[in-house]
Amino acid sequence: MLAESLALSALLFTIGVVGVLTRRNAIILFMCVELMLNAVNLSFVALSKVHGVGGQVFVIFVMTVAAAEAAVGLAIIIAIFRHRQSVNLEDINLLKG
Amino acid sequence: MQTEPLATGHPLADTIARFAWLIPVFPLVGFVLNGLLSLRAAGHPGPADPSAGGHGHDGHHRGTGGTGDGHADHGHDDGHHAARHPAAALVSLIGPGVLALSFAMTLAILYQVWVVDNALREPYVLTLFSWMPAGKLSVDAAFQIDQLSLVMMSIVTGIGTLIHIFSVGYMQDDPGYPRYFAYLNLFIFFMLLLVMGSSYPLMFVGWEGVGLCSYLLIGFWFSDKANADAGKKAFIVNRIGDFGFLVAMFLMFANFGTLTFAGVGEAAMGAQLGGALVTAICLFLFLGATGKSAQIPLFVWLPDAMAGPTPVSALIHAATMVTAGVYLIARSAVLFSMAPVAQLTVAVVGALTAVFAATIGLKQWDIKKVLAYSTVSQLGYMFVGVGVGAYSAGVFHLMTHAFFKALLFLGSGSVIYAMHKAYHATHSHEDAQDMRNMGGLRKHMPVTFVLMWIATLSIAGIPPFSGFFSKDEILASVFARTHGSTLAEAHWLGIPGSVVLYGVYVLGLAAALMTAIYMTRMMLYTFHGPNRTGEKEAAHLKEAPWIMTGPLVVLGVLSAVGGFVNMPALYAGEYSEQLHAWLEPVLAEGTGITLGEEGLHLSHATEWTLIAIAIAIAAIGIAIAWTRLKPEALVAAKDAKAEEGIEKTLLHKWYVDEAYDKTVVKPTLGISRTLLWKGIDTGIIDGLLVNGSALVVRAVGWAGSQLQSGRVGTYAWVLLIGVLSVLSAFSFR
Repeated sequence: MLAESLALSALLFTIGVVGVLTRRNAIILFMCVELMLNAVNLSFVALSKVHGVGGQVFVIFVMTVAAAEAAVGLAIIIAIFRHRQSVNLEDINLLKG
Repeated sequence: MQTEPLATGHPLADTIARFAWLIPVFPLVGFVLNGLLSLRAAGHPGPADPSAGGHGHDGHHRGTGGTGDGHADHGHDDGHHAARHPAAALVSLIGPGVLALSFAMTLAILYQVWVVDNALREPYVLTLFSWMPAGKLSVDAAFQIDQLSLVMMSIVTGIGTLIHIFSVGYMQDDPGYPRYFAYLNLFIFFMLLLVMGSSYPLMFVGWEGVGLCSYLLIGFWFSDKANADAGKKAFIVNRIGDFGFLVAMFLMFANFGTLTFAGVGEAAMGAQLGGALVTAICLFLFLGATGKSAQIPLFVWLPDAMAGPTPVSALIHAATMVTAGVYLIARSAVLFSMAPVAQLTVAVVGALTAVFAATIGLKQWDIKKVLAYSTVSQLGYMFVGVGVGAYSAGVFHLMTHAFFKALLFLGSGSVIYAMHKAYHATHSHEDAQDMRNMGGLRKHMPVTFVLMWIATLSIAGIPPFSGFFSKDEILASVFARTHGSTLAEAHWLGIPGSVVLYGVYVLGLAAALMTAIYMTRMMLYTFHGPNRTGEKEAAHLKEAPWIMTGPLVVLGVLSAVGGFVNMPALYAGEYSEQLHAWLEPVLAEGTGITLGEEGLHLSHATEWTLIAIAIAIAAIGIAIAWTRLKPEALVAAKDAKAEEGIEKTLLHKWYVDEAYDKTVVKPTLGISRTLLWKGIDTGIIDGLLVNGSALVVRAVGWAGSQLQSGRVGTYAWVLLIGVLSVLSAFSFR
């Protein structure tokens, strides 16, 4: 059961990474990041079967941080959209050397 | 300040000598007060513009007296007296006043030492505070009171007071009056530090300080570029000498471990006679002395130093500062006596300088230039004296020279003052210092005339004036050392010492002959014959005020009788060699090494012969000048023809300045420009190091900035690659 859970977690994480690397829409990018977080959460829960409840405690923390991050991140995206009428990352490149 | 003397139990410890530190402090206070007063502007263009008030008595002639070209900005405004500084009266009180206090203090100590004379075998060292305690080196700020420093202190403060008083008259209309006295007081402070210091470093502080004041005073009328240049020249040439002084101090510390006069003298006694170390130290010290005392090859700054006010020439460039080199060698008597080769070098350089400068003095037209070369020449005599180990004879000549040369310079200052006033009254632009414009001044300035003749006879060596005794003693000392002394046995550049000494003696006689000639020439052209100043101007020629002639009279008396303090034992009986006996506790050790156990004694017949030769030479010199030179035939500077042949060479000072310019100045400037400036500074430092490092930083920065593309996708890729590489580094470790 553990192996399958970890395999699913790795799969989800990879999908998240590929999404982050390939997509250009900020909202989708954001969702991919959430996917990666939850993939990690899954592996935490799975491993807590072996290593004790510490992993489950960590999941709570991760979800809290993710919620906070979602609030801030979405707010930024909305602000950018209001400003530039776009959430395409190609258009958001002011900060360069 | 801690004034408790270190050497308690010394006979001077409970006397006024424990307050000797006040002697240099008085002029320092004077410097501060006058300096503060000088900050108050003169209600006039100010000190930056000396010519505005009709000044620059002698500041405006830099040429060799050839053309008498005057100067355009002579300033003949009627507001002549408006230039006087508002605080002038106060300054006239402070400036000479502080000097008089120092002089009185010096005399009081002198009297004390006289009273306890026999007890004062050891110098009295007054330690004020520890100055440089650094590891093995420990230098105290300490003053040394002994017979030698007392002689020097008396000369510096005594002659200094007289010249300060003279300056009150000479400089009264200058807008920079307080500044002038501030510098002069500061000079006296440093000069006293120089002669009172008990160690080489403290002496060096004074040495540098007087150099600074010399620079400031030569360039006193600095708005004239030539004056400022002369100041710079003096400063730079002196730096070369100071390098020698510094190296000598380093050598002393490295090998003897001490820098006090007492310590070095003791260590030198234990050194090997004629050893390489003492010889090297002495030669480096002598290099310092050639700079300060204007000897070959570093004499070129002194004639140019005449750009300063004439009292400055009298005080700094004749009577006191330039004799510091002689004092240095007399102070290091033991050291030099242990190095006969260095002594012979000193004597030979001194003799060559004496002759060389005298030849130039023969053809100068500027009255101050004649005296300047005369000073160089007489300093050469002093070096001959201290060079052959006759330290007291050298100091004796230093003293008499201070009298008669200060008199000559102040007398010439008085002449220039009168000339300047006359030209000023008639709005003429002629040269007030060119002797061709003078002539017949004896009718107009009888007091100066008589006093200048006293000084001239003195410097020429006519008995019983002071210069005769001192010059005769130096020449006799040289002659006496040709046999039986350590000098005679040494070899100098392969030549036996006795041959060298005979050569020095002959050169000394030659210089004496020329001294008599050029001094008589100066007197003839200045005071005798018809007047060439101009018809209108002659009516305005008159004696300077008493505040100026007063000091001249005092110096005239000293020049006349100053020689009696050290007459030869030959005829003076119990009054003989008093200065020699006075200085004996300080200098006997050094002289003893040179002369051996018993000392050297010339037979009476030889001594009489030497005296006869000396007098004959002086008399012949005066006679030659008197009969051959015709002041009647002379024409004023503006009508004079250019000189030809050897006369031209002498007028241009053997082209030494030009030669130095070609061999030293130009190459130095060339190397500085092409190699140091263009090559090293612009090329390596600016180009390679400064701009090069900037270029590297900029390139690295550019490469880094390319990472900042602004595309989040790229960042994500970089992040991923980073994470993977870190993870793989952990996994495959």
